Amino acid sequence: MTKPPSAGPAWPETLIGLGLLGVAALVWWQTGEIRTSPMYAKVGPRIFPYLTAIALGAMAVAMVVAGLRGGWQPDEEREVPTDWRAVFFVGAGLLANVLLIVPAGFTLASVVMFVLVAHGFGSRQPLRDAAIALVFALSAYFGFAKALGVNIGAGVIEKLLGG
Amino acid sequence: METLAALGGGFAVALSPENLLWCLLGTTLGTAIGVLPGLGPALTIALLLPITFQVPPTAAFILFAGIYYGAMYGGSTTSILLNTPGESATIVTALEGNKMARSGRAGAALATAAIGSFVAGTVGTLGITFLAPVVVDFALKFGPAEYFSLMVLAFVTVSAVLGSSAVRGLAALFFGIWLGLIGIDLQTGQARFTFGLDELLDGVNVIVVAVGLFAVGETLYVAARRYTGNDEIVPLRGSLYMTKEEWQRSWKPWLRGAAIGFPIGAMPAGGSEVPTFLSYYTEKKLSKHPEEFGTVGAIEGVAGPEAANNASAAGVLVPMLTLGLPTGATAAIMLSAFQSYGINPGPMLFQSQPALVWGLIASLYIANIMLLVLNLPLVGLWVKILRIPAPLLYAGILVFATIGTYGISNSPVDLVLLYVIGIVGFLMRRYDFPTAPVVIGMILGPLAEQEFRRAMTISNGDWSVLVTQPLSATLLALAAVALLGPMVWRMARR
Repeated sequence: MTKPPSAGPAWPETLIGLGLLGVAALVWWQTGEIRTSPMYAKVGPRIFPYLTAIALGAMAVAMVVAGLRGGWQPDEEREVPTDWRAVFFVGAGLLANVLLIVPAGFTLASVVMFVLVAHGFGSRQPLRDAAIALVFALSAYFGFAKALGVNIGAGVIEKLLGG
Repeated sequence: METLAALGGGFAVALSPENLLWCLLGTTLGTAIGVLPGLGPALTIALLLPITFQVPPTAAFILFAGIYYGAMYGGSTTSILLNTPGESATIVTALEGNKMARSGRAGAALATAAIGSFVAGTVGTLGITFLAPVVVDFALKFGPAEYFSLMVLAFVTVSAVLGSSAVRGLAALFFGIWLGLIGIDLQTGQARFTFGLDELLDGVNVIVVAVGLFAVGETLYVAARRYTGNDEIVPLRGSLYMTKEEWQRSWKPWLRGAAIGFPIGAMPAGGSEVPTFLSYYTEKKLSKHPEEFGTVGAIEGVAGPEAANNASAAGVLVPMLTLGLPTGATAAIMLSAFQSYGINPGPMLFQSQPALVWGLIASLYIANIMLLVLNLPLVGLWVKILRIPAPLLYAGILVFATIGTYGISNSPVDLVLLYVIGIVGFLMRRYDFPTAPVVIGMILGPLAEQEFRRAMTISNGDWSVLVTQPLSATLLALAAVALLGPMVWRMARR
């Protein structure tokens, strides 16, 4: 790996390995829950899932070992600080979208998400962003979605405009 | 001769006014998303998948192929002017191209990239035309065991050989295979991994996974990297016409790049990083101006890799059309578009759907011509697109992501799943996991399982059939060498 073995464990990488080990265990456990009939006993629906679980588990163990030995990230990547504020606003935008899309409709939910995400990326003109978002979401709704024949939840704004 | 007649029939399909419009739409859209950082062809085609319910297959695939080719052209513009590769395939172009732009030769760099893309794209399309029927003849002899072994080989090459780490590549691949297994097992009707949720009985939608990884994950990644918003766009200076010397220095790298790119792309390994880097080092070695590499920018270092990139993109379509074997994320999404029409790509496709296949291949020639026009005289337009501020660009990408996923079933469950996969995609990007194997595993995994079970049914459950049939054994041996070879070599060197 890129780090000398003397470096301490890299916890993010170790945790990712452990997380994947959890996924592998979940796959193994859920594979046992798949019902099989004796008709398909030889090549039933469980063989591939079991192979997948084993492979995921093996990769997870290899990752945990690599993580404990100092991880695999190059130093310059490790030193990039995470901008939690930006992540928070992008995450808030996504959450607002999920919560608003059913009660308020696509356009309104999109405008709220757009403004929050743009703020996270450093935009400081929420009113301008909201105006752009409104035009953008409406043209996306009436252009893209209708052209594709996709049905997207209509809310107050869409109904007013006859969508 | 048979091939030429078939290609002629294809041109009759592709030159219909309606299909020409689809091709123009695809190439324009493809160039635009290629130029924009954060958007790629796999994501765009995934978002457009619902169109398969609206238009005939020929139109849809001409559109998708135009997007695929266009993204390869557009990506070079971003690499040259912004030094932020729009596509992973154009990382190498940024090395020399951006240096050329900074020393006032942006015009020549864009020109050699566009013309080189045209030359190599056309060579690659010729390659598809004449190689595909040969592969089809060969593939008709394949049984389920051979197909399964071929898929194993492709799994190994796309995940373990091409990336930076076999462990992380395989982890991504098997995660994708697991996602692909969720839902009703088609052979026995049993539900697998549905956790009691009815929404999961039909399986996880590939749109949700592709959009989650490539749009939501990417946006979170860029946000977390403390985006400062001061990417410098090098102003477009210098004539777009290349001097005589620049032509002389370009044409050989174009042809060499095409010769390197197409075969590697057409192998059941795919990938464009290997051929572009290979072409770059070849040109650096052969150049009469090695002092320009890494300093003021050498035109050979743009011409060769750009050509290799486009030729390998064309090459990827060979295993995709003839074997139904996608070796890239975009090809995997295109395969799922075929599935949504109930069409199975593979050797039979050339007999059952000649108008579709040859119309698609003919449209690739037309797309290359359109793209040359779109990317040279109109390059100023794309530079304007590059000026869209990042906050608006990424916010807009997430709105499109909502349309693409919420539109599938109008269920917030899909949005939640989208964001969960987005977080996974973010972690994968942050900790250097390749994401393409997830999509490939998800599409190809269930097909591999199907072939495996067919082979076992034929052999009455005897696993040894995979290694006793010579062709299948050879493919598996190749896969083992590809997987274990680098490890053994590393240990031997120590």
